Amino acid sequence: MCSLEKRDRLFILKLTGDGEHRLNPTLLDSLRSTINKIRSDPSSSRSVLITTSDGKFFSNGYDLALAESNPSLSVVMDAKLRSLIADLISLPMPTIAAVTGHASAAGCILAMSHDYVLMRRDRGFLYMSELDIELKVPAWFMALIRVKIGSPAARRDVMLTAAKVTAEMGVEMGIVDSAYDSAAETVEAAVRLGEEIVMRGGDGHVYGKMRQTLLREVLVHTIGLDESASSASSGVRNTGSKL
Amino acid sequence: MCTLEKRGDLFLLTLTGDGEHRFHPDTIATILSLLEQAKSQSTRGSILITTANGKFFSNGFDLAWAQTAGSITGAANRLHQMVESFKPVVAALLDLPMPTIAALNGHAAAAGLMLALSHDYVFMRKDRGVLYMSEVDIGLSMPDYFSALVRAKIGTSAARRELLLSGKKIRGEEAVGLGIVDSAAYDSEEGVVEASVRLGEKLAAKKWSGEVYASIRKSLYPELCGILGLEARVFATPKL
Repeated sequence: MCSLEKRDRLFILKLTGDGEHRLNPTLLDSLRSTINKIRSDPSSSRSVLITTSDGKFFSNGYDLALAESNPSLSVVMDAKLRSLIADLISLPMPTIAAVTGHASAAGCILAMSHDYVLMRRDRGFLYMSELDIELKVPAWFMALIRVKIGSPAARRDVMLTAAKVTAEMGVEMGIVDSAYDSAAETVEAAVRLGEEIVMRGGDGHVYGKMRQTLLREVLVHTIGLDESASSASSGVRNTGSKL
Repeated sequence: MCTLEKRGDLFLLTLTGDGEHRFHPDTIATILSLLEQAKSQSTRGSILITTANGKFFSNGFDLAWAQTAGSITGAANRLHQMVESFKPVVAALLDLPMPTIAALNGHAAAAGLMLALSHDYVFMRKDRGVLYMSEVDIGLSMPDYFSALVRAKIGTSAARRELLLSGKKIRGEEAVGLGIVDSAAYDSEEGVVEASVRLGEKLAAKKWSGEVYASIRKSLYPELCGILGLEARVFATPKL
C-alpha cells in the first residue's frame, strides 16, 4: 500500500506496488496513519516530506469501480481524502511531491496538495479527468485548483479541456515546479531540494501554520474551518472525520 | 441585429450590420433569446461561436438611447435598465451547456468586452480592433458583475489595472500578453472566425456532456456565479 523511509531528516512516503494506487478507503487510511506517524516523530518540525510512487502511476484517483459496486463508499473515500489533505496542509514541515507517474483526478489533487511538485518529463501526466468521465468535481477540489493554479486560462485548460498535462506543460502553467528526465532523477532532485530546505532551518510548526493560512480556502471546505475564525490562536490541526 | 445559425455542431451567433452593435434593451433581449434557443437545441459536441460584422464587435451599452430620456434621472434609469438586463446574458453564457468562443472581428468596449469575456475562449485580430474599458474615461461606475467577471477571467493585478484603471485601448498583442485574450494571431475577420471554428471543431469532437461542462465551468468562477445567482447542480454518475 504505502511505505515510509527515513533518510536523515527526510521522510520518504511511497505508494508501493505496480498498480494504479487508487485512493480506496484502505489506502487512504494507510496514508493518514503514516502521515500521523510522521507528524508525531520528534524530529518532524525540522524535517521534509517527500511523497512518491512505484510504477506507472502516482495515483489514478478514487476507486470508482468500488464506488459503483457500493455507492456509499464514494462519500467515505471523499471524506477520508479530505482528512488526508487537511493533514497534509497542517503538517509541520515542507512537502514535496515527486511525481513519477500519472496523477488523475483525486490523484492529481493529492500531488498538488504538496508545496513543491517535481515531475518527470519523459512520461506521465497530470489529468483532471472529470469532464471526460462525467464525474462531479467537489467544491474543495476546485478550491485547491484555484489556490494552486494562478492563471485563469491555465485553470480553464486543466478543468474545461481535461488537459493531459505533461511536466513541461505543467512548468509553463505554473503547476509543476521543475521537470526531470526520468523517475530516478525526479526523486533525486526531490531529495536534493529536501536537503536544501532542511539546511535553511526554520520551525516546521510555524511553516505549517503559515501554509494553513495560505490554503485557508481549501481548509474551509475540507475541515469546515469557519471563515471568520482567527487563524493565529486556533492552532488548527486536523479535526476532520472520525472515519 | 443579431442572428443564430447552426453549422453542424457549431452555433454561430452574429451581431449583424456595420454599426457599433451597441446594446439597447431590444438587442439584449434578442441575444438572450438566441442563447436560450442554442441551449434548448444543444447536444453533446455543441459549440457556440459569437462574432460580429464590420469594425466593431460591440461598443457597449446604447448610451445615446439613455441620453434621449430627456433628464439626468431618466438617463440614469435607462442605463440602470441596460445594466440589469445584460446581467442575464452573462449568466446565460456562464450556464450554457457547451464550450463558447468569442471571435472578435473588431473593437470591444465596456459591456461589449464583458460579452467577449463571458466566453470560455477569446480570439482577436492582431491588425485591428482594441479592447477598451471606457468607464474610467466617461465617469461611469462599474456594475458588480463586470468587476467579478474581470476578476474571474484576468489573473494578474497589473493586467486588471491596465484594463480598468488606465483607460488604455489595448491591441491584440498586448491583450495576449496581459492574459485577456487567448490569441491574437489573426490578420483578418475571416482569420479570427476560422481559428474559432477550428478550435470549436476540436472541442466538439470530444463529445462532452454539456451539463457536466457547464457545471465544471461554473465551479471555476464561484464569486461571479454567486453574484449572477447561478448554482452548480449536483450529480455524479461516472462513466467507468
